[in-house]
Amino acid sequence: MQKLLLLGAEAIAQGAIDGGMSGVYAYPGTPSTEITEYVQQYDLAKERNIHSQWSANEKTAMESGLGMSYAGKRAMVCMKHVGLNVAADAFINSAITGSNGGLLVTVADDPSMHSSQNEQDSRYYGKFAQIPILEPASQQEAYDMAYFGFQLSEKFNIPVMIRFTTRLAHSRAGVERKPLLDQNELVLPSNPTQFVLLPAIARKQYKGLLNSFAGFIEDSEESTFNHYYEGTDKKLGIIACGLAYNYLMENYTETELAHPVLKIGQYPMPRSKVEKLMEECDEVLILEDGYPIIEELLKGYLAKEKVHGRLDGSLPRDGELDPNLIAKALKLASEDEVTEIPQDVKDIIANRPPAMCVGCGHIDAYNALNEALSDYGLGRVFSDIGCYTLGALPPYNAINSCVDMGASITMAKGAADAGLVPAVSVIGDSTFTHSGMTGLIDAVNESSPITVMISDNFTTGMTGGQDSAALGKIEDICKGIGVDPEHIIVFTPLKKNHDQMVEIMKKELAYDGVSVIIPRRQCIQTTKNVALNERIRELNLR
Amino acid sequence: MKTDIILAGVGGQGILSIAATIGMGALANNLHLKQAEVHGMSQRGGAVQSHFRLSSDPIASDLIPRGGCDIVLSVEPMESLRYIDFLKKDGWIITNSTPFVNIPNYPDVDEVIAKIKERKNVIILDADKIAKEIGSPRSSNIVALGAATPFIDIPFESFEEAIKLIFKKKGEKIINANIEALRAGRAVADAR
Repeated sequence: MQKLLLLGAEAIAQGAIDGGMSGVYAYPGTPSTEITEYVQQYDLAKERNIHSQWSANEKTAMESGLGMSYAGKRAMVCMKHVGLNVAADAFINSAITGSNGGLLVTVADDPSMHSSQNEQDSRYYGKFAQIPILEPASQQEAYDMAYFGFQLSEKFNIPVMIRFTTRLAHSRAGVERKPLLDQNELVLPSNPTQFVLLPAIARKQYKGLLNSFAGFIEDSEESTFNHYYEGTDKKLGIIACGLAYNYLMENYTETELAHPVLKIGQYPMPRSKVEKLMEECDEVLILEDGYPIIEELLKGYLAKEKVHGRLDGSLPRDGELDPNLIAKALKLASEDEVTEIPQDVKDIIANRPPAMCVGCGHIDAYNALNEALSDYGLGRVFSDIGCYTLGALPPYNAINSCVDMGASITMAKGAADAGLVPAVSVIGDSTFTHSGMTGLIDAVNESSPITVMISDNFTTGMTGGQDSAALGKIEDICKGIGVDPEHIIVFTPLKKNHDQMVEIMKKELAYDGVSVIIPRRQCIQTTKNVALNERIRELNLR
Repeated sequence: MKTDIILAGVGGQGILSIAATIGMGALANNLHLKQAEVHGMSQRGGAVQSHFRLSSDPIASDLIPRGGCDIVLSVEPMESLRYIDFLKKDGWIITNSTPFVNIPNYPDVDEVIAKIKERKNVIILDADKIAKEIGSPRSSNIVALGAATPFIDIPFESFEEAIKLIFKKKGEKIINANIEALRAGRAVADAR
C-alpha cells in the first residue's frame, strides 16, 4: 500500500479511523488540534458517520467520549496537556468506571512551551489514574497506537492514554495503513451499575482497577512498543521513552550503539525488562521528553541507584530534548562543527515574536480600553487564553494576567472583592463558552463591580479558526445568567469608532455592578470561510 | 544520500508550500523524509522554521542536529541567520534578499547581507523582484526554492511535477506561474 505523508497528529486520527472509531471529541488546542481537523475533513470519516464536531471544552469532550464508550462504541477524546486539567474530574473517574467500547484519551504535551503556559507531563495524569499509557516515537507508531489502542482498552475495559508531544504532532513522515476495521455495534455494558459511582459501587470498581494493574504490566512486558536492545558495553544502559529514542539513535547513524537500550512506548513500565537493565548495567541514563518521571521512580527517594538524566544535570531540567542534548549527555559531542551562532551575528538578529494580525479587531478594542482606563491607573486588566493574550506585548501592554481558560472573569471578581475597582476581564468568545460562563454567574450573584469585555470574533482564532460554540449566543447567555440587559453593550471595534468605544467603556467602568461589553468583528483570518460567512449572515451578526 | 534543510521565514510567508513541494518530490523518488513544522502561536507573524530531512535510508530524529544541516533556505534575509548554528561549515545559505519588516527594531539590511556573505557557500537572490518580473508576485517562496534545487538530490522535473500536484486545485494559471517561478530561481543558481 502507498504510504501516506502525515503529521503525527494526523497519523493518530488515521489510526483511530482505521481502528474502528465512531467518534472523536475535542476542544482545539495546539498541538492537538490537527487530530480532530483531520477527521472533520476526511471523506471516509463522513461516509462512516464518525462524530467530529468540536465540544465546548475538554471536560464536555471527555464526558461525551465516555458516553459513547458506555454505549459500546469506540471513541477518542483529544486535547492539549492543559486541557486535561479541565477534563481531569471526568478523566480520573473514567478509570474507576472503566470503559465499554474502546476509549482513547489522546493528549498532546508541549515541552519547551511553544504554544502553552506550562510544560506539564501528562504521563503523571495517566499514572495518577492508574491506566495504561502509550507514547509513540514515530508517526507510524502514532498510527499503530491509535489503531491497537482501542483493542487494548477493550481487553481490560479501561480508558487508554496516548501521550505525545509537539515535535511529533507537527512533524510529517510516511505512514503505512492497516486494514480498515468495522465500528462496534451499540451494546450496553454487561454490568448495569458499572458507570454508577455511588460510594458502595465505586469502592468495588476501584478494587477492580487495582486488580487489573498486574495485567497492565504483563501487557507492557509483551508489548511490541517496548523493546530491549542487547548491548556489549554494560558500563551504561539507556532507557529511552517515546520520541527520545529517535534523538538517541540520531547520534548512532554512522557508529554502532554498544550500550543496552530499553525503548519504552507502553506504560506501566515492563518490570522484568527494567530489572534486567538495572542489574546488568553499572549505570543507567534515562531519556524522557518531559518531566523526569521514570528517572525519579528508578533513582529512588534516597538516590541510591546510579541513575542519570534531568535530575543530576546530565540533561537540562526543563525544555524539550534534541539530538545535541543527548550527544552531550553521552559525551559524544564533537567540536568539529560550528554549533554556536557567533556573537556579532547574534547582535544583529532581532527577536520576532508573534503579534496580532494587521487589521485585527482585538487591537482596536485594546487601544480603546487603554484610553478608557487611563484615569484609573495600571494593573487592573485580567485576560485569558487566545490571540488577545498578545495584548500583553508592546505597544499595547494592555493586560496583567493570563493563567487558564476562563480565569479572566473570576480573577477580576476576586480582585474586585479585594477592593480593586473597577477590575476588567478580557476574554474571547470561544473561551467564554469554554470556561467563562460559570465565573460570570459568581460575579452576577454578588453584583461584583467588574467590566467583562468579551472580544467576539466568531471563531477560535489562535488555533487556526475553528468553530466557536458561542456563535450568536453571547448576549442571550449573559442575559440568562442575570446580567442586566442595559449593561450588555455590543459595538464594532474599528479605528473610526474609537471615541465611541472609549465613551462606552468609561461609562461601564464607572458602573457599580457587572457589565459586559462586546467588541464584535469577524477574525480577518476567517474571511474566506464560506460556511462561517453563511452562518454569520443567517444569525444576522454583521 | 542525505540532505538536511532548514526552511526559514516569517509566519504566512509560505514556507509550508516549499516544504510540501520538496515533500512531493521526495515521495516520487522513494526517499525517506521527516519534516517538522511550527504551528500555533508563532504563525501569527513570528519567526517560523521547518526542519526538512531527506534520505535514501530511514531517518531517526525529526529534528536536525545542530552543526549537521546542509542547507538553510530562507525567504527572508535576517531569518537565514537565526539558524546558522545548525548549518555545517560548508553548508549552503540560500536566501531571499527582500526583508520582511514587521518589527520596529529590524536591523540594517546591508549589515544583514554582509553577515550572510561571510559564510563560505551563499546564494542571495531578490526573490520578490524576480517574482514580480515574471508577473507572479506571490510566488517569491517558490523562486527561492528554485535557487536551492541544485543542492537537493531530487531531479528538477520532480519539483515541477510536485508543483502541478500541489497547486492542482488552484488551476492551470497558478501552476504555470509557480513552475516559471521555480525555473527563474533555478536560473539564478545556475548562472552563479
